[in-house]
Amino acid sequence: MSQAVVEPQREHYLNVSYGVTSWLFTTDHKRIALLYLATITLLFFVGGAAAVLMRLELITPPGDLVQSEIYNRLFTIHGVIMIFFFLIPSIPAVLGNFLVPMMIGARDLAFPRLNLASWYLFTVGSVFTLVVVVVGGVDTGWTFYTPYSSTYSNSYVVPTIAGIFVAGFSSILTGLNFIVTIHTMRAPGLTWFRLPLFIWSHYATSMIIILGTPVVAIALTLVALERAFGIGIFDPALGGDPILFQHLFWFYSHPAVYIMVLPAMGVVSELIAAFSRKRIFGYSFIAFSSIAIAVLGFFVWGHHMFVSGQSVYASMIFSFLSMLVAIPSAIKVFNWTATLYKGSISYQAPMLYALGFIGLFTIGGLTGLFVASLGVDVHVHDTYFVVAHFHYIMVGGTVMAYLGGIHYWWPKISGRMYPEGWAKFSALLIFVGFNLTFFPQFLLGYLGMPRRYHFYVDEFQVLNVMSSAGASILGVGYVVPLIYLIWAMRYAPPAGPNPWRAVGLEWQTPSPPPTHNFERTPVVTQPAYAYGTQEEDIKGGR
Amino acid sequence: MWSDFPLFPDQASTIAGRVDALYFYLVAVSVFFVSLIFLLLLIFAVKYRRRSEDEQPRPILANLPLEVAWMIIPFILVMIMFTWGASLYFTTARPPTDALEVFVIGKQWMWKFQHPEGRREINELHVPVGYPVRLTITSQDVIHSVYVPAFRIKMDAVPGRYTATWFEATKTGTFHLFCAEYCGTVHPGMIGRVVVMTPTEYEQWLRTGAAAEPLAAAGRQLFQQLGCSGCHSPNSTVRAPLLEGLYGRPVPLQSGGVVIADEGYIRDSILLPQKDIVAGYAPVMPSFQGRVSEEELMQIIAYIRSLGRETPESREAAR
Repeated sequence: MSQAVVEPQREHYLNVSYGVTSWLFTTDHKRIALLYLATITLLFFVGGAAAVLMRLELITPPGDLVQSEIYNRLFTIHGVIMIFFFLIPSIPAVLGNFLVPMMIGARDLAFPRLNLASWYLFTVGSVFTLVVVVVGGVDTGWTFYTPYSSTYSNSYVVPTIAGIFVAGFSSILTGLNFIVTIHTMRAPGLTWFRLPLFIWSHYATSMIIILGTPVVAIALTLVALERAFGIGIFDPALGGDPILFQHLFWFYSHPAVYIMVLPAMGVVSELIAAFSRKRIFGYSFIAFSSIAIAVLGFFVWGHHMFVSGQSVYASMIFSFLSMLVAIPSAIKVFNWTATLYKGSISYQAPMLYALGFIGLFTIGGLTGLFVASLGVDVHVHDTYFVVAHFHYIMVGGTVMAYLGGIHYWWPKISGRMYPEGWAKFSALLIFVGFNLTFFPQFLLGYLGMPRRYHFYVDEFQVLNVMSSAGASILGVGYVVPLIYLIWAMRYAPPAGPNPWRAVGLEWQTPSPPPTHNFERTPVVTQPAYAYGTQEEDIKGGR
Repeated sequence: MWSDFPLFPDQASTIAGRVDALYFYLVAVSVFFVSLIFLLLLIFAVKYRRRSEDEQPRPILANLPLEVAWMIIPFILVMIMFTWGASLYFTTARPPTDALEVFVIGKQWMWKFQHPEGRREINELHVPVGYPVRLTITSQDVIHSVYVPAFRIKMDAVPGRYTATWFEATKTGTFHLFCAEYCGTVHPGMIGRVVVMTPTEYEQWLRTGAAAEPLAAAGRQLFQQLGCSGCHSPNSTVRAPLLEGLYGRPVPLQSGGVVIADEGYIRDSILLPQKDIVAGYAPVMPSFQGRVSEEELMQIIAYIRSLGRETPESREAAR
């Protein structure tokens, strides 16, 4: 990586210095983004390996591949790693870190050293947790429901919680950094309504992170305290209330879904605009729908508890508010679709991912209405229907957008063009593999197969076999980009500053960018996505 | 493995068809919008594909009527989902007053059922077809969840409190009973079956098996054994509230509030007597935490409930 020199005569952030210390002590947001990229890629494949083992186990009804203790550890590894250490940091910490300063014409984030500290906190927390869950093992599921987690589980609950707790601070500090940067470091002329939607969605995400993360940190700390010292918060045998934990946990963990999906929406807005060469249709509606989702997202947590015995009136309010989230989500989907109207659409890999996102997110969002409808949720709650629903949002949505974004900005990040044919092929593999994995799970769930079942009754087998077959295709689809993107960093042809002929400040600087991003501070005179108004600039970029 | 390959669950309760109707409405709305979006993407993708590298379409900014339309229409559709779903939920949350009652206790990793007539069973629940059955549910360790897919019902078993749900089976047969809330190592093994029988078969079934006394009678025995009757009786020297007719009544508290004396209240009063002191009484009752099992608690509650249904005179007569 350190030898990826595109133009030997030009200095950029990758060749400005060499050696391990130049990376470990960097305060350059672009290098920190790559540090995050390496860390979360490792974690993604560990979490993915756990999923592969689960899908192998579920090919046959009896529990014959691994023991129950192991299976329960596998789904906990999968959930904890994928949620806390991959999906939540994925787009913000990698693409956000790289792009927020570049998109607003700044030299770096507001607090570069804090940014590096965030990566250290994340790495310490994630590596520690990784070792604990893989070597020691924890079997509570990523949800840590009490009193199982606080009293009954015989596994490494407290160390796992400690790791998540530490990584949570990384999240909070990154959110803080983004908010301050977006407020104070925009280039001259870059008013709020000229900001790319990527920035709007990261702003909304940062608000959720800052307000929500402390709550889950507190909830998990209380679990650890109850486990270690027997203070009676959640265990009814100690006078506590197990449902209280669910309130605290979902107060963060539902908005956490929006931490994962809002940045993805930001990426998709960029991709749709660039590959149709169109201004985003209904810019301000998309911008404010991000804020609406962030705000509403904090008032829907009770929809995870419709069968917990909570008051029927509380359930009604949570159901109503959850339904409302459909409106801003629909606004986005309709506006993206409308953006394509009379556009000039090209189909490079990032656009395939963006279109895949729209389709899969639409299915994920609509099935969210099933689980928000009280009467139907009673039946599908805690079944594979829910599993399928949230994978459509998190994998079909967030991971598709993340990969689309990685491909789109890879020329900027590495200075080199990825191989387009391979990229299209793997995008297709992922789309097909994903649907084959998760669509059967909707049917399984409505049939009544509960989640977190190590073995199951015979009549569920056919759908499980389909799901496992899909998972193997999906797995290959994820490994292929890993190989060619690393290959491309070194051997692919140089990309030039603006291979997509896209507008946006990040494309107005060389690839890879110099350490301080811009030779001169750019002055912005136009709204975002000003396609069709500055043709000369676009042509000049290449 | 192809011999038994259902794609849709059995409908075996009065609510099942109603849940499925809402489900089909949701499916219809989803299919419509997914098709709409996919079709538009496909049409635009073909029609507006880039034909030359230098092509630059004219920008189209926004269209307010269109934006309003795609806010209002989804809003109306989701409000239908909301009201429909909520009305179903209210139905499942409000058991009919004449329902048969079964007490359910979840523990790692089995289901225990107690019928009011005294029969007990494990991982099997026998019920008559065509009668509403109320399940009063708790757990003696972690959270579990009673789930009968064919009935479309699910309710968590939460330690330390009672939850309830109900169903009315519409056909005889055997149906899966699952634990839906992850509860530890053998969670997927915490399964059983619901056997729906004709009322006559059910009557017969109730009478067979080991002779057990009705729950309320067992509760009365415990009430005496544990010494409850020493205080909670009219001729006691200790001033304790009388329990006749207590069940379902509002109880004024020393702290100023009022609670309805339901199963949860009676349970708390036995295990955590300092929690809700009845107005006008001294907090003298000792806690029975650790001295009564979940089963015994349910028996005592069944006894106290039975007091509410009779007058003290009729109780004397029954002796």
